[in-house]
Amino acid sequence: MSAPLLEVRKLSKSFPGVRALKGVSIALQPAEVLAVIGENGAGKSTLMKILAGVQRPDSGAILMNGAEVEIRSVHDALARGIALIHQELNLADNLDVASNIFLGREPLRGGLVDTKRIRREARKFLDAVGLDVDPATLVGTLPIGCQQLVEIAKALSVNARVLIMDEPTSSLSAGEAEKLFKVIHDLRSSGVSVIYISHRLGEVKKLADRVTVLRDGENAGDLAREEISHNGMVKLMVGRDISQFYPHEPHTPGQIVLEVAGIRTPAHPGHALSFTLCAGEIVGVAGLVGAGRTEMLETLFGVTPALGGTMLVAGKEIAPRSPLEAIGVGLALVPEDRKRQGVILEMTVRDNVSLASLRKDQRAGFRNGRRERELSAEMIGSLRIKTPHDRQIVQFLSGGNQQKVVLGKWLALRPRVLFLDEPTRGIDVGAKQEIYRLMEELAREGVAILFVSSEMEEILGMSDRALVMHEGRITGELARAGLSDEAVMRLATAGEKVAA
Amino acid sequence: MKKILGITALLALVCIITAILSEGFLSGYNIENLARRTALLGIISIGVAFVIITGGIDLSVGSVVCLVGCGLPWLLTKQNWSMPAALAAVALVSVGIGIFHGVIITKLRIAPFVVTLCGLMMYRGIARGFTQDQTVGFGGEFTGLRTLATGQISIPFVDGFTLPAPCVFLLVAALLAAIFLNRTIWGRYMLALGRNEEAARYSGINTDRMVIVAYVICSALSGLGGMLYVLDSNTAQPVDFGNFYELYAIAAAVLGGCSLRGGEGTIVGILVGAALIMVLRNMIMLTTNYTNIEFAIIGAVLLIGVIADELVKRYAMRRRAARALLAETKPS
Ligand SMILES: Nc1ncnc2c1ncn2[C@@H]1O[C@H](COP(=O)(O)OP(=O)(O)OP(=O)(O)O)[C@@H](O)[C@H]1O
Ligand SMILES: [Mg+2]
Repeated sequence: MSAPLLEVRKLSKSFPGVRALKGVSIALQPAEVLAVIGENGAGKSTLMKILAGVQRPDSGAILMNGAEVEIRSVHDALARGIALIHQELNLADNLDVASNIFLGREPLRGGLVDTKRIRREARKFLDAVGLDVDPATLVGTLPIGCQQLVEIAKALSVNARVLIMDEPTSSLSAGEAEKLFKVIHDLRSSGVSVIYISHRLGEVKKLADRVTVLRDGENAGDLAREEISHNGMVKLMVGRDISQFYPHEPHTPGQIVLEVAGIRTPAHPGHALSFTLCAGEIVGVAGLVGAGRTEMLETLFGVTPALGGTMLVAGKEIAPRSPLEAIGVGLALVPEDRKRQGVILEMTVRDNVSLASLRKDQRAGFRNGRRERELSAEMIGSLRIKTPHDRQIVQFLSGGNQQKVVLGKWLALRPRVLFLDEPTRGIDVGAKQEIYRLMEELAREGVAILFVSSEMEEILGMSDRALVMHEGRITGELARAGLSDEAVMRLATAGEKVAA
Repeated sequence: MKKILGITALLALVCIITAILSEGFLSGYNIENLARRTALLGIISIGVAFVIITGGIDLSVGSVVCLVGCGLPWLLTKQNWSMPAALAAVALVSVGIGIFHGVIITKLRIAPFVVTLCGLMMYRGIARGFTQDQTVGFGGEFTGLRTLATGQISIPFVDGFTLPAPCVFLLVAALLAAIFLNRTIWGRYMLALGRNEEAARYSGINTDRMVIVAYVICSALSGLGGMLYVLDSNTAQPVDFGNFYELYAIAAAVLGGCSLRGGEGTIVGILVGAALIMVLRNMIMLTTNYTNIEFAIIGAVLLIGVIADELVKRYAMRRRAARALLAETKPS
């Protein structure tokens, strides 16, 4: 075989208190889809950031077509044809979609930005990822799944030879993900190599020509196309077997704890939402990106107060106008956008985990320091948050571990009704099992759980009952017996053809 | 603690240099004066620091100082109000201004810079209006009240130096502020919302209320400062009383480690920052004839201070990474 298109030899990188990479090597052939997988904190994102010029390695070499190169900046990387779609969204909220796609590379006309051309070109890339929004829409107004698609369109627009995708599907639902897979296939046929990072092993199996597994910043092994299997991957990732099994047991629902009747969200005021949720029940909410699932949770949680309708918690009518009021009656929400709504990046793990519980644990207005330490220790233990200590700044944790911090914050409150918006987003297989087990345990203790997920398997595996939404409406409810891939998809598209 | 090490060292350095250059610096009289001035600046700096910690800014501090500083003697001597009534009035006005700012900023979502810039113009204008631009003062009266600012507290076993009364106000204010910021849930709420207001709100924090509280603390301490300033100086000229004090206060807070991005700051740091500014002024006054370049020097020191702070931070990061590497590689 000729020299690989891109090769990494013995790359190392340390951060204060953490050795993220300890001599990692990978090789990427032309027109190949290489999946890089590993547990949360294994060093995947760090490796990709180095390739994309965001961070500099401590030691090791990067070779392109057999010749050693130095990638000093993002600009350097782009010049060599390497583009990265970050795990965390990196879009300017206050700019429109087209401007974001061409940010820093705006075509000029007479010294001024050629807005017309930008919009026209942007349309092309948006079509490629199947996103049907006006290029002049402000990015900040789009739901997070659509923002992810904009990010992908942006990466396509640089015409890279190596396209790195760090968990591109973590906030996409099945339909959008399918479109992305098609884009990846097309790219490969046109000679582009793709490095694909994901915790959704099903996708990896479908897409990858080869899999490289990282564990604790080291190479744990490679799998060729024909060797790729769920169990094989998991074994390399965690060093032991984990069953693919969802720990779900049917629950006998208790009393109704949440009754929603005719609630209208500001996002879709035309549709009234009604459903009930019982103690000890796990109800999944399925739908495509933009179906209004997040908006529904936000309204129930008082973030965007309802425009009408009633809501009863344990038989008492409430109309939360702020999260504070919602928390007061025993509700909790693990929000979708962890960077903006979930964690306070610059604060420590301990301070984040205890933040929502401060009020409950206070002593006449004073913080209870001992309780804060206990809580964070408990959550780091039970959620297996990978952090050197609980005084670590959350920003320096890997994406999946940040997600666990958010979960920890809300579990610490011991809520009566728990809303989860994509709770396993960006979380590795082992930790997913932990979270599923935790959901089960909470349900057994009588907590009512309503969870939004774009992962079909998760909906099918974990729900006692599922609600399906489409364009702001609840289009149907499926009991566990009637839960199936097709039934969910049919309701999620409300009879429309699935564009694939 | 580590964060304020650099600025404390700088303060010590400036003190030593001044002491060498000028004999007058270490005289009991000068130190007393310096302590009094530092205490007054410290009080308003703590106020503005709360606003900065929540991610806001208050430019109206100097004008509130002027409004209270002119209003109090005006009420007492020109309107013949009783002392309790006058004191209550200035307290109410100060707190009211804070509520006013906070409510406009949180409920109408208008930028703090704009709201308090308008405040800066309005309150001084009002003071100039009711005094008709005339100097107001206590004359020889109200000596009892004035001891709040001019009083001296002798320290046992120390000769030649007595503690100026405003220092007591400062110590009490600093102590309460530090307890509030570090030990209460509200303090934590302010630090959290200064970093990420949306996440704070999702966590059940009444962010609007906390922001309003911060502006009230700021205006209340500005009012207290204004009162002590005028009690100290005896007279106030509405045209320039408290002029630029908001800038001194913001500079002290920033020197002391408050980030204008919010969510960061310690009370001790702010006190050191305030002391540094006053010592610099004192140095310029004692050692040169050019007091008019004062702003240039303070500006330059502030800039050098924040640059040095940033460089030290980066260096420390790198050192820690290198140490981690060493610690990991050694045993294996
Ligand atoms: N800037 C940083 N400062 C300190 N530590 C960091 C920094 N960035 C990453 N780390 C640490 O390096 C390790 C590897 O992180 P990385 O983000 O590469 O993991 P990952 O494999 O992408 O995980 P995930 O699947 O959760 O996204 C983690 O332990 C993380 O805490
Ligand atoms: Mg990652």
